[in-house]
Amino acid sequence: MIELKINGVSHSFDGDLAMPLLWYLRDVAGLTGTKFGCGMALCGACTVHQNGKAIRSCVTSMQDVSGSEVVTIEGLSAGGLHPVQKAWMQVNVPQCGYCQSGQIMQAVALLSTNKNPSDAEIETAMAGNICRCGTYQRIRAAIHAAAKEVSA
Amino acid sequence: MSVISNVSRRNFLRGALAASAFVLSARFQPASLFADELPHNTHVDDATLHPNVFVGIDTDGTIWIIAHRSEMGTTSRTSLPLILADELDADWSRVKIEQAIADSRYGDQNTDGSHSIRSFFQTMRECGATARYMLVQAAAQQWGVPAGECTTAPSQVIHQSSGRRLDYGQLAAAAAKLPVPPASEVKLKTPSEWRYIGKGSPSYDLEALCTGKAIYGYDTQLDGMVYASIEHPPVIGGKVKSFDDKDALKVRGVRQTVAIDPYTPPPAFQPLGGIAVIADNTWAALQGRQALQIEWDNGPNASFNSADYKKDLQSTARQPGKVIRSEGDVDSVFANGGKIVEADYYVPLLAHASMEPPAALAHYQDGKVHAWTCTQNPQGAQETIAKELGIAKEDVICHVTLLGGGFGRKSKPDYVAEAAVLSKKVGRPVKVVWSREDDIKFDYYNAVAAMYMKASVGADGKPVAWLQRSVFPPITSTFVLGAEYGDPGHLQQGWTDIPFDIPNLRVENGPAPGHIRIGWLRSVANIYHAFAVQCFADELAHLAGRDSGEYLLELIGPPHDVDLSKVQYPNYGGSIEDYPVDTGRLRNVAEMAMEKSGWGKFKSGKGRGLGIAAHRSFLTYVATVVEVEVDEKGAIRIPHVETVLDAGLVTNPEATKAQFEGAAVFGTSVVRTGEITATNGAVDQGNFDDYPVARMADAPFHTNVTIVQSSAPPAGVGEPGVPPFVAAFCNAIYAATGKRIRDLPLSENNLKA
Repeated sequence: MIELKINGVSHSFDGDLAMPLLWYLRDVAGLTGTKFGCGMALCGACTVHQNGKAIRSCVTSMQDVSGSEVVTIEGLSAGGLHPVQKAWMQVNVPQCGYCQSGQIMQAVALLSTNKNPSDAEIETAMAGNICRCGTYQRIRAAIHAAAKEVSA
Repeated sequence: MSVISNVSRRNFLRGALAASAFVLSARFQPASLFADELPHNTHVDDATLHPNVFVGIDTDGTIWIIAHRSEMGTTSRTSLPLILADELDADWSRVKIEQAIADSRYGDQNTDGSHSIRSFFQTMRECGATARYMLVQAAAQQWGVPAGECTTAPSQVIHQSSGRRLDYGQLAAAAAKLPVPPASEVKLKTPSEWRYIGKGSPSYDLEALCTGKAIYGYDTQLDGMVYASIEHPPVIGGKVKSFDDKDALKVRGVRQTVAIDPYTPPPAFQPLGGIAVIADNTWAALQGRQALQIEWDNGPNASFNSADYKKDLQSTARQPGKVIRSEGDVDSVFANGGKIVEADYYVPLLAHASMEPPAALAHYQDGKVHAWTCTQNPQGAQETIAKELGIAKEDVICHVTLLGGGFGRKSKPDYVAEAAVLSKKVGRPVKVVWSREDDIKFDYYNAVAAMYMKASVGADGKPVAWLQRSVFPPITSTFVLGAEYGDPGHLQQGWTDIPFDIPNLRVENGPAPGHIRIGWLRSVANIYHAFAVQCFADELAHLAGRDSGEYLLELIGPPHDVDLSKVQYPNYGGSIEDYPVDTGRLRNVAEMAMEKSGWGKFKSGKGRGLGIAAHRSFLTYVATVVEVEVDEKGAIRIPHVETVLDAGLVTNPEATKAQFEGAAVFGTSVVRTGEITATNGAVDQGNFDDYPVARMADAPFHTNVTIVQSSAPPAGVGEPGVPPFVAAFCNAIYAATGKRIRDLPLSENNLKA
């Protein structure tokens, strides 16, 4: 039996502790905003925050999040939209949108440690997040826009 | 309300292509926009005023509009309702979009072929205008004034001289009592009156897409549902010889295993067969699957090896093939000697790899099936389920979720049929979830293709004769046993319609058997055809010591319509009168792309290069200039892409630009790393490690998209950006390095200085 907090709510789990957090979030907790893309930490679609850091929930076991604070896209901003989400909307980033939960969570983590990232720093931070629709240039623009908003 | 049957004129098949019926199929319009036989009531059907199946208005002024085509990122779910809303003169903020189930009332719903807007532009306009007409009539009657004195503002009818106004909601009940006018009585807006068409709107789902609230096929849930993960036969056409599920059943959360029958060839959309593990959650299903022990009979395709197959295709491409189009006399020019140039081009099998792998939830109960799925092809899913379960089509209700990408893969509903078959066997709602490996190993791949190019070049450096021959396993091989030649629907794609002004020209196609499921992928045969044509043109330009942009313009020649009257040319289902192959428009986009990219001023060489290509596909003209930088280690960056497109009238410009930005990234993946191979019939790749797709640093840093202002009939925008990008990228690499890319992907080429 482990305990963890997801979006501020306490959860206890006594199932297979090898189960990746992703499947707990989606199939057990019903939080389907976090997406499955590869199951091998190759695409970033499953990105959530563990104690404020971006992690790939598809390869992070329930054992590994025992006692952690997990935040998913659903819990990113309790009241209204997060500045990164606002920037995403302003720049019209999503096409199909499937990878964008992960992209947004990764971008929020980046901006929490780097208030004004350069293009190169954005490229490095976002390298693990694939968008097959190809919205990368808008993702970059939205991160810059959000950075301005956050530092303003 | 009364049923008016004045729309039989719409009950026709447009551009029916017998040979490629499975693929581009007939683009049919709704048989009756006023049908009363409902398999499933919609909000539109239940609205107070619902003059047709696409729009309904409630008394509170809510306007329901049906999105009958699938949303996979192209914004068709927003743009088509936007067209209707414009002619209705609706307040867009009061519109609610309702996703249609599979229902032939709506006409064609297979969202592929980049034709959502062009095929339904007029239908949407008429449906909106009809409702507006009735609302105006109702207001005029209430006020006792001639309808001609009334006009509309968003969601209101206005009597100009008296200043009286009534909201659409207040008029809905009265309007519903009026007869639906014949289309001939309904006046459409003039383009200057449009509020939304040409200006566009962000996606209706934008906020949901940014907050994790959007529901995709993978996200569907139903009480009592179980999860299924399926071990398919590793080789297409194979089957289970024997299996042992003892260990699988020991996995916590695994409920049972179910054998799915192998398909009867040809595969078409049938489930592949195999062993399904049914479990309480996805993780348990995946774990159970790993514990299965299965002995396979690999069947007739076990001898398929892609490396040998490549040699076979290339050898066939060097043999005379079936003549598809012939102008002048190529043979006699070649026989007369002169300077002969030959080249072989090759593009491997490609997988779609949408971010969301296939998924479907189905519930079989009392002889009926409800399915919820990310499908591009709801009616195809409906028909496939009906066939698999031996029930009537009307007993299959297929609900469409958002799609996490599609690119053509999700037009094939094999995975939806799997869910229905399993639900019937298990007696519960079953959600079939494909892993990434399932997606990559059991795709309907874009065909592998070999192209042989030959030209006789005159003293001025321009070709006097041009022969091109392509060989690829046809899509029809997935649907018709033994099909080996390309059908007109795919040969047309940048091959039959080569737009160059060359007196002696021959287009050929050679045979290739299918050993794996071949399907269609974003721009399909245009990818390999444009690659060969546009790169070979670039080769000839460099051989002649000419500027390749200027040379391309000369090959395109003076503005004219390419005469395709003597050949089979389905023209993507569009009429050749409305959509001629107009070299003037092709030339125009090429000239604009050159100007915008600073083509004449750029100095290529020493690791920097510009490449150009111009191509018409899905009735849209596109020219793309790609700038590349290649360092001494062979690492490539793409600082800039300049794309100009002429898609006729564009409904949603911002969304259109996004499609072409995305197409450049999609094309980047094709060129850099796109390759599926097979060994002894089984696909070698399985995830993004061995089937990499472009990441941010691989993709163009910036793609600038320019839309030619045009009032020509609307054309496609989802696919046409890919083919010219692929060719222009490779031409740019040549300009930068002097290395000619004839074999894709790039990872197979050594670009070190």
